[in-house]
Amino acid sequence: MLSLRNVSVRLPKGAEREFALQDIDLDVAAGEILCVVGESGSGKSLTAMSILGLLPAPRVTLAGGTIAFEGEDLASLPPARLRAIRGKRIGMIFQEPMTALNPLMPVGRQIAEVLEEHARHLTRIMVLAQVQALLEEVGIPDPPGAARAYPHELSGGQRQRAMIAMALAMEPRLLIADEPTTALDVTTQARILALIKEIQARRGTGVLFITHDFGVVAEIADRVAVMQHGRIVETGPAAQVLGAPAHPYTRALVGAVPPLTPPARAATVPGADILVVEGLRKTYRTGSLFGRRRVVDAVQDVSFTLHKGETLGIVGESGSGKSTVARTLVKLLPADGGSIRLNGTEIRAASRAAFRPMTRHIQMVFQDPYASLNPRRRAGDLIAQGPRIHGASRAEARATAERMLALVGLDPASAGRFPHEFSGGQRQRIGLARALALEPSVLVADEPVSALDVSVQAQVLRLLAELKQRLSLSLVFITHDLRVAAQVCDRILVMYRGVVVEQGETAAIFAAPTHPYTRALLASVPGRGWAPPPAPVQESL
Amino acid sequence: MAQMGGGSAEDAARLRTQYGLDAGVAVQLGRYLLRLLTFDLGQSAIYGKPVASVIAERLAVTALFMSCALAFAFSAGLVLGVLAARRVNGWPDTVISTLGLVCYAIPSFWLGLMLIVLFSVKLAWLPPGGFESIGAGLTGLDRMLDIATHLVLPVLSLALIFLAIYLRLMRASMLEVMNLDFVRTARAKGLTEGRVLWRHVLRNALLPMVTFVGLQFSTMLGGSVVIESVFSLPGLGRLAFESVVQRDLNTLLGIVLVSAVLVIIVNFLVDILYARLDPRIGA
Amino acid sequence: MRTLRAYLRSPAGIIGAVLLVAVIAAALSADMLFPRDPMALAGRPLQWPGANPRVPLGTDNLGRDIAGFVCHGARVSLLIGLVASVVAVGIGVLVGAVAGFYGGWVDDLLMRITEAFQTVPNFILLLVLVAVFGSELGVITIAIGLVGWTAPCRLVRAEFLSLRSREFILAARGLGMRDAQLILGEVLPNALPPVIVYASVVMALAILLESALAFLGLSDPNIASWGNMIGAGRSVLRTEWYVSAIPGAAILVTVLAFSLVGHGLNDALNPRMQVL
Repeated sequence: MLSLRNVSVRLPKGAEREFALQDIDLDVAAGEILCVVGESGSGKSLTAMSILGLLPAPRVTLAGGTIAFEGEDLASLPPARLRAIRGKRIGMIFQEPMTALNPLMPVGRQIAEVLEEHARHLTRIMVLAQVQALLEEVGIPDPPGAARAYPHELSGGQRQRAMIAMALAMEPRLLIADEPTTALDVTTQARILALIKEIQARRGTGVLFITHDFGVVAEIADRVAVMQHGRIVETGPAAQVLGAPAHPYTRALVGAVPPLTPPARAATVPGADILVVEGLRKTYRTGSLFGRRRVVDAVQDVSFTLHKGETLGIVGESGSGKSTVARTLVKLLPADGGSIRLNGTEIRAASRAAFRPMTRHIQMVFQDPYASLNPRRRAGDLIAQGPRIHGASRAEARATAERMLALVGLDPASAGRFPHEFSGGQRQRIGLARALALEPSVLVADEPVSALDVSVQAQVLRLLAELKQRLSLSLVFITHDLRVAAQVCDRILVMYRGVVVEQGETAAIFAAPTHPYTRALLASVPGRGWAPPPAPVQESL
Repeated sequence: MAQMGGGSAEDAARLRTQYGLDAGVAVQLGRYLLRLLTFDLGQSAIYGKPVASVIAERLAVTALFMSCALAFAFSAGLVLGVLAARRVNGWPDTVISTLGLVCYAIPSFWLGLMLIVLFSVKLAWLPPGGFESIGAGLTGLDRMLDIATHLVLPVLSLALIFLAIYLRLMRASMLEVMNLDFVRTARAKGLTEGRVLWRHVLRNALLPMVTFVGLQFSTMLGGSVVIESVFSLPGLGRLAFESVVQRDLNTLLGIVLVSAVLVIIVNFLVDILYARLDPRIGA
Repeated sequence: MRTLRAYLRSPAGIIGAVLLVAVIAAALSADMLFPRDPMALAGRPLQWPGANPRVPLGTDNLGRDIAGFVCHGARVSLLIGLVASVVAVGIGVLVGAVAGFYGGWVDDLLMRITEAFQTVPNFILLLVLVAVFGSELGVITIAIGLVGWTAPCRLVRAEFLSLRSREFILAARGLGMRDAQLILGEVLPNALPPVIVYASVVMALAILLESALAFLGLSDPNIASWGNMIGAGRSVLRTEWYVSAIPGAAILVTVLAFSLVGHGLNDALNPRMQVL
């Protein structure tokens, strides 16, 4: 139905490569789901954009190739003809439903627009009825209410359902979905994936599904195309690509996906209690002295103990309070109640001045490698900052910085470079080195690998495990990704709406979750039935 | 920031918080009452009348003058900004943007004088000053037309610099909104370029403009002092000037209070308008 | 270096820099080219430009040499612009940094004060200050600075508010850094670029404010201010309009120079429109 042949897309001069896409060949048949999978910068999104002529012209342009769709070449159609196909015969869903919808227009109006544009014969009343039917079909609760609602009044999942309703309005033959579940929580993601699959099966629509997540691929793909640096390196049926990848790059990628089953761990005697948290509470109050007030109980009565040498995972979806817990542990946020004892010393109630010398014992690693390093400081200075604050001389601090760079696998000579001269994975290593330069006994890692591509993620996780062993660190590891949690954590804490609903040994919880929420969470992990074949480089477990 | 042309649609909400426009109606009203309580308008030294009545006599002229200038600056800035943004870096954009830069740098009182030289002295098209023809005894429509011809030059002089600000803000805001995801969605729906622009871009791009009307109103009111003096308009601004020259501090403080109240009222109206335009406010 | 190169890529920035250098050159060479007092009688009043080579731009109705007056006026304008914007940006950065960094009630209090300042139109506030404190050059300059601090303050506060929750600031705080060190060493350098850009706007506004004041005859009458001559020229506007036109053009060029430099700085320091 859709077939791309030799499609190339040119980038503006001065970009890191001349072509964003080179000689792309792709086919989507009616009634099948083709997943295009690749890491950031692979060109997978541009592939989707190029089909509908939505490339950010004039800077990025189609440089050649044909895009055959039901007997027409979309690459050479005049804009007006292409416009008649957009929304009518090809629908599209985007990644971030909050920004992909016009914030000033009710959702129903935005869906109606498609009908008004492409089905001019419909009367107003017919359009309204049609919008209701569509919203019903995508399973939005209270369709009449949702049609009147503005995007910000809906939840993330409902917004994405509205997006899907919009894309389906004209019953297109082809649906292009660009990372449609990436911005959603895992349980919502599972429901949206099920919806796409169900609609596709019912209507026989062809789906071109762009994603970076092999779990999602395993969940819904009929066929898979793997992209790297603007080229397709491997195409084939899902079972084959996921089970027995042929291309080395695919093998490396698939191998980097952490399996959902926790590795067997030798039963060890738990070390001494190093961090004891009891009854931790944090309430957010928004609104000023005069304005309206809103109160959110972000963390309610959280208690746990971290033993020496152990990795304790805190898992949960957005809004569960897991990041708030992390920040209160290092006193970046003041907790409202409870106690936090580090090596026997109460730090929750300590004043900021009294806590300052204690920061060297407990350090934090942040999520975003692009935002967590001061862009105006050199790597060496960033790492040396901690020791300097805690009294080291300039020379000592510099020596520490170089030692730390080597420790995290970076060239000590790169100490003079600025953060923007490093890749995302390298920056995360610098962030790690900065935290370790103080030789802390506890490391709090807040989603340290969530912003990284899967192959880089595997490297950083390996480094973290290795350092933990060597430096006998105790780790609090915050993550939303259960696959990562399964591999990294000795014990986990499951949080839901500010409350710990379950905690215990990772293997035990994964094998037999007791709380319904934990069960739902585990059941939502995409591709949970698929065990990635071991990577060529990964050590045997 | 907006003066630098860096305003944007998504900044609108932040700007509103930043400038305290998000405070509730009651709060703003309360602040106004508090100020009223602490000030006593008193007697005017030059006019020998209560300051309140002196100001009241002048208020209508200034109100009319300000609203004309604001309306002109806003609508012309909007249209030019949209035109410039539609063909960014094309010749209309270059011409409009250059014009905007120059307008921004022209001192308003000087522009007023030069307009008088051109349109009143050389061409004799428009009166050089005053609010209306005195002693002509005009009524109804004739009087309105008479006042309108008197207001053309002052409005142009005062509005041009604000026109330049709005035009730059609108252009920047349009460009920013055109890059947002929902505009891509609108295109993916197969809407025509005109509809994308009219239905999706324009209204979103308007939000920072509306915010700025409130923010700039105070500056505009300040500008009226000079322009009313240039064109001898019997308004509040001219009264302020006279009271400084005549050392009538009571009147001057009264003007301070009244202009502050005017600024608060305009910001209040802007808030209401903004809340109507943006459903996210007050949710 | 990178910033300089980026600046030179902006045509607006180059034109602005050229104009600004011209204005500065005029200011610096005023004493050399026109050693006489610019306020003194230079010849027969109201000579048209070009009529007498001794006074190339003519004389005004008080017999002052317009060319000399314009050059000396550049000094006054630049001086007032510079000092007033240092005052305005200085206060603005101080208040904005404290409010934005600490938030909470400190922020509430400081912002209420800023708001109160903002509800009064700044030119009217300037009139009040002049009426109360007089109109010497020093007073005028400080007064212009005082009415202009709110905008930079808001800007700095907004930058601080957004920066203080950024991860690299949290990381520095987590290392045990003190507040003063955090504000000066980590937050401020990252908050400065838009402030520097805005300083050029403040400078232009200060020049405009002073010239308007001088035009109304409310500025220091003993200094060669452009607005002063425009005001003097009003009485002969119908016939000898050049007396007002020439100093006005000087203001236009100077203000244009500052806003163009601002554009150049903006392109160089806040490269938002980057290629992919």
